[in-house]
Amino acid sequence: MPFDQILIQLINGIVSGMILALVASGLTLIFGIMDVVNFAHGELFMLGAYAGVTILAATGNFWVALLAACVIIALLGAALQVVALRPLVGRDPLTTILATFGISLVLQNYALWQFGPVARKIQEPFTGHFRLFYLEYPWYRILIAVLSAAIIGMLWLFMKYGKYGIWIRATTQDRIMASAMGIPVPLVHTAVFAIGAAMAAASGVLFGPLVGVNHAMGLDVILRAFIVVVVGGMGNLGGSILAAIFISLLEALASIWVSPAQAVIVSFVVLILTLLFRPTGLFVPTPK
Amino acid sequence: MTRSATASYWTGFAIALGVLVVAPFVLPEFWRRFVTEILIWGLLAMSSDILIGYTGMVSFGHSAFFGLGMYGAAAALLTVRPPDLWLAILYGLVGAGGVAVFVAYFATRLRDIYFSITTLVFSQIFYVIIFTWTELTGGENGLTFRQPPLAIPGLLSAPFTPVTLHWFVLAVVTASYLALRRITQSPFGMVLQAIRENEPRTRAIGYPVERYKIVAVMLSGLFAGLAGVLYALQNKFAAPDFVFFVVSGEVVIFNVMGGMGTLVGPVAGAAFFFLLREGFSRFFTEYYLIPVGVIFTLMVIFVPQGLLGFARRALNR
Repeated sequence: MPFDQILIQLINGIVSGMILALVASGLTLIFGIMDVVNFAHGELFMLGAYAGVTILAATGNFWVALLAACVIIALLGAALQVVALRPLVGRDPLTTILATFGISLVLQNYALWQFGPVARKIQEPFTGHFRLFYLEYPWYRILIAVLSAAIIGMLWLFMKYGKYGIWIRATTQDRIMASAMGIPVPLVHTAVFAIGAAMAAASGVLFGPLVGVNHAMGLDVILRAFIVVVVGGMGNLGGSILAAIFISLLEALASIWVSPAQAVIVSFVVLILTLLFRPTGLFVPTPK
Repeated sequence: MTRSATASYWTGFAIALGVLVVAPFVLPEFWRRFVTEILIWGLLAMSSDILIGYTGMVSFGHSAFFGLGMYGAAAALLTVRPPDLWLAILYGLVGAGGVAVFVAYFATRLRDIYFSITTLVFSQIFYVIIFTWTELTGGENGLTFRQPPLAIPGLLSAPFTPVTLHWFVLAVVTASYLALRRITQSPFGMVLQAIRENEPRTRAIGYPVERYKIVAVMLSGLFAGLAGVLYALQNKFAAPDFVFFVVSGEVVIFNVMGGMGTLVGPVAGAAFFFLLREGFSRFFTEYYLIPVGVIFTLMVIFVPQGLLGFARRALNR
């Protein structure tokens, strides 16, 4: 096996793993705090990318587009949470899957209606390359990985030391106790949904230049994110990040031998094995 | 159970059946096809109701069973000469049943949303396999084949007409409905409902919950496969689009709209969904899922018991 090909695929795997980790950490954050499985997360990712396309066309600045897309999708997420999910608090978590599934249908078809079936392209902010064996490897991909890591790192710091981060963690641990201590729990829920949505939007904009932006791009992402979140352990932030990188690396390596479409099966196999032997996730000890 | 309630249930059943039998004579071509199709989707929705409504497990992977039923039927109709109706059904059931064993074994280890996500991922596994294995499955284009004749060994053999096809579908769906109804009312079905109401207690009483769940998923998969065979017979093709998880999502929509845990409700839900689709396609063309999605979400929030939820007790007598 050629060493250089493996190394290139390792770097590719880490880049796509960081993007996936960004989506999955939003998903698992939302699940951890309010037991909501957000089926519409892929659509927030997709709409984020479209918002990025539109704002980039208007302003011409990639970084403005990235920031503005995050803000817009965070507001959209907050609105969705207030309108559709707040009435469902206290009901069976399964109803939240159904409600967010309905929302995802609406958003996806709205995007198809608004932006048409033709894929749009986001221009990358810079086009530099560096030499990697026989390839000209774009710097932008490296930047994606670094930026994703930075966003996740910021989230971690915020959760660990920020006042509102501590509110979020307290609400995750015990909703009623947190409320008794004076934490505005419904507001925290909305804020967390908005943060998750913003992270999905950020990854959508960052990922946009690598693939075309189209209305169905959320489907593929949400499926991978679900796998990652289950493999990493639902509601476990660190676990999902590790799982995202692990699965993307495996897929990248597998695509040396099989087509990328079939490489997806590798992550399915990881999921099945995880479910068989570590049903609570790869990175947490299975409770006896 | 009172006598009059039973009588009124069977009267209602007979009337509905009678209406569906004469429907193809009264309706124009388009609506006749529409009704046949609703019956098929209704069977698929009923099969998933065993899990969603009676056992409390929301499957997001019914497209896998449905699709394997389709491809099983296609395999029989393409390889065996002359094409045989019953062999197509057998192959379809074997295909769906095989997948169901696989899914049931792994997915039932998990509860609630984990079950949903796992079934979803499983259906995608089969989607990817079918989509990429072009030599066997025709890949993206799928498979087309000829319709087998309607044959009852030793009695008759005649090509399907739209009317006889409708009757055949109606007969299969009605028989499946009665079988599913019997299953849900049997001691086995009672255990499933006990699992829905309180799983730890059911386990504590001494029922092997996992085994019951596995059997429930397999039964559900078989009936879903049967629906897939019927769809393949009606449309003379099998395509990977029907294995994609969007179809599973629609099945869940049928259940929620019509009323989970009623068996008839999901059929009504399918009818309601397709009527909405027809209605909204006039104004929204292919974007009909925007209003339909809004209605669905509103129903999840405000009418979680569905259209026929009010009749749940009466329908389960």
